[in-house]
Amino acid sequence: MTNGGPAKAGHYVAGGHYGRYVGVAIILAMVIAAAAAPILAPNDPDQRFADLLYAPPTRVHVWDDGLRLPFIYRQQLVSRIERSFADDTHRRITFPGDPKHGAPVLLLGADSYGRDIFSRLLYGARVSLALALISALGAVILGAFIGGVAGYAGGRVDALLSRSTEFLLVLPMMYVVLVLRAVLPVVLGATAVFVLLTAIFVLLGWPIVARGTRALVAVEREREYVAAARAVGMSPARVLVRHLLPSTASYLGAQFSLLVPAFLLAEATLSYVGFGFPSDTATWGTMLEDAANILLVGDAPWLLAPAGAIFLAVLAINLVVQGSGRPPVQLAG
Amino acid sequence: MIRFLARRLIFCIVLTVLAASASLLLTRLAPGDLTVNLGPFATARDVAAARARFALDRPVALQWGDWLAHAVRFDFGESFLYNRPVAPLVIRAAGNTALLALAALILATALGLGLGIITGSRRGGVLAGAIRAGSMAAVSLPPLLMSLALLFIAARTGWLSLSGLTLPAIALALPIAASFERLQAAALQDQIGEPFVVAAAARGVAPRDVILRHAWPASLRSLTAIYGLAIGTLLSGSFVVEFVTAWPGLGRLMYDALRARDIYLVAGCAAVGAGLLSIGMLIGDLLLVFVDPRVRES
Repeated sequence: MTNGGPAKAGHYVAGGHYGRYVGVAIILAMVIAAAAAPILAPNDPDQRFADLLYAPPTRVHVWDDGLRLPFIYRQQLVSRIERSFADDTHRRITFPGDPKHGAPVLLLGADSYGRDIFSRLLYGARVSLALALISALGAVILGAFIGGVAGYAGGRVDALLSRSTEFLLVLPMMYVVLVLRAVLPVVLGATAVFVLLTAIFVLLGWPIVARGTRALVAVEREREYVAAARAVGMSPARVLVRHLLPSTASYLGAQFSLLVPAFLLAEATLSYVGFGFPSDTATWGTMLEDAANILLVGDAPWLLAPAGAIFLAVLAINLVVQGSGRPPVQLAG
Repeated sequence: MIRFLARRLIFCIVLTVLAASASLLLTRLAPGDLTVNLGPFATARDVAAARARFALDRPVALQWGDWLAHAVRFDFGESFLYNRPVAPLVIRAAGNTALLALAALILATALGLGLGIITGSRRGGVLAGAIRAGSMAAVSLPPLLMSLALLFIAARTGWLSLSGLTLPAIALALPIAASFERLQAAALQDQIGEPFVVAAAARGVAPRDVILRHAWPASLRSLTAIYGLAIGTLLSGSFVVEFVTAWPGLGRLMYDALRARDIYLVAGCAAVGAGLLSIGMLIGDLLLVFVDPRVRES
């Protein structure tokens, strides 16, 4: 922070200011990978390779008596019970693999149905990231609007808002999400779940944003430029949208960056416990279901790949937040 | 101060009643009821008998009123799943959750504050840098990921026991410890710039004492304010940890109850859960009174 005054020590950040660029780069790469999933995914995310349940990652070779184009060997099942596999080194298969004949490239191994984890991660990113981003955006917009109105209008609206946010702030989010989700029909289609979870997340996210916005707007409306704007005949709505809300932009940005990881995790948790997306829909949360059997994961660590993806996303956001001078403290999760 | 605490107490009672009532009403109004657990071969008479036993055939308002009248005497009705009174079930589960949360909070406080004092009082250096990087990683590994990671390590190396309190407590504590470390470091840095700390240093007080006796106590105020909120985080996190590590707490019980639409068990869990939360918040308030003399006087 540069405006802390000369007497205050600066806040030191992990990884210096490069952390911020690393964070932005990771986020951009993830968003692009999600958008380009159909191009980047080596396999159909729903295709099941019956002989490759829990298969380890396919090794990609470039050397076989001389440098060659990237190629793989077909993985063959040795023992179904021990889940052991061996490479069929008789034939080289060039890189994109041959999924039609049971020789796919499995960059991160296969899951309990023999599906390609890497491809599912890419497609899952679309659902998980979109849900978190849309919900966070919705919560910030709704919160900014309601908080702005309350802060500008004051009086009863203001009192009611403050009381209700007090409740929501102390409630353990996960329980509230769980109850709200659980009282709805358990079996729903993927699209219905997406809409439903967005609605629940926005509903729980906006009051926190509104509370802060209200406080900022209540201070800002006493400033002279607001009085000037009113004096020249600007309508209250215009004053709010043109002058008061823009002054809260950096606060709203910070809230957004706190809500995205919170929602990303909420989806993962809900899907993990079976209250989220249907298990055949690829999301980072549903993919984690395979990681529930911990003794199995000990032998097949690639099943934790979705956990790694979530970690990377949260870390990237935290790096950006911290790089901009705010401690990445998350106490809303 | 008495008025402040009385207001908080009323807030907690309202919270508990609201949370329990809301979950009772929501479960009642949700599609399907606990008779779905009877299976496809249940006769109409069985279904009707079960509905009558759990007062599901009565109007919602009457059922709620009845439940509330009993609940104030700590009679939370019967559980369908366990075929037993709800009260002892939820109290035992709440005890387990409280144990887990308390262990995690103590661990997180000791680790977070200790490391935060180190990183907050040093500008650079290998140690402070390593702690900052570690806490950055831990803050990005919320309880869901942390418990999966620890389970994996335990299954792979056998360092941690797969059962017992240790693993879930560490999984819950580490992300919170990281948050505490960041907050403590920031709070300490804020105080180090203050005139009274500079004055102490100028008087020739040893650097260690400047930090520990002057700056640190003053930095505690902003940290205690966070404790009240940390209780909610702790409970949210404990749900996930309990689920992943099979710790028999409130989260797991409530999950099973919700799945089975076991209406009184859901309401009972919500009631004691809100009770736990209330106790945590009140302790947080008392702590604030204890640390900050200004709250005591107002």
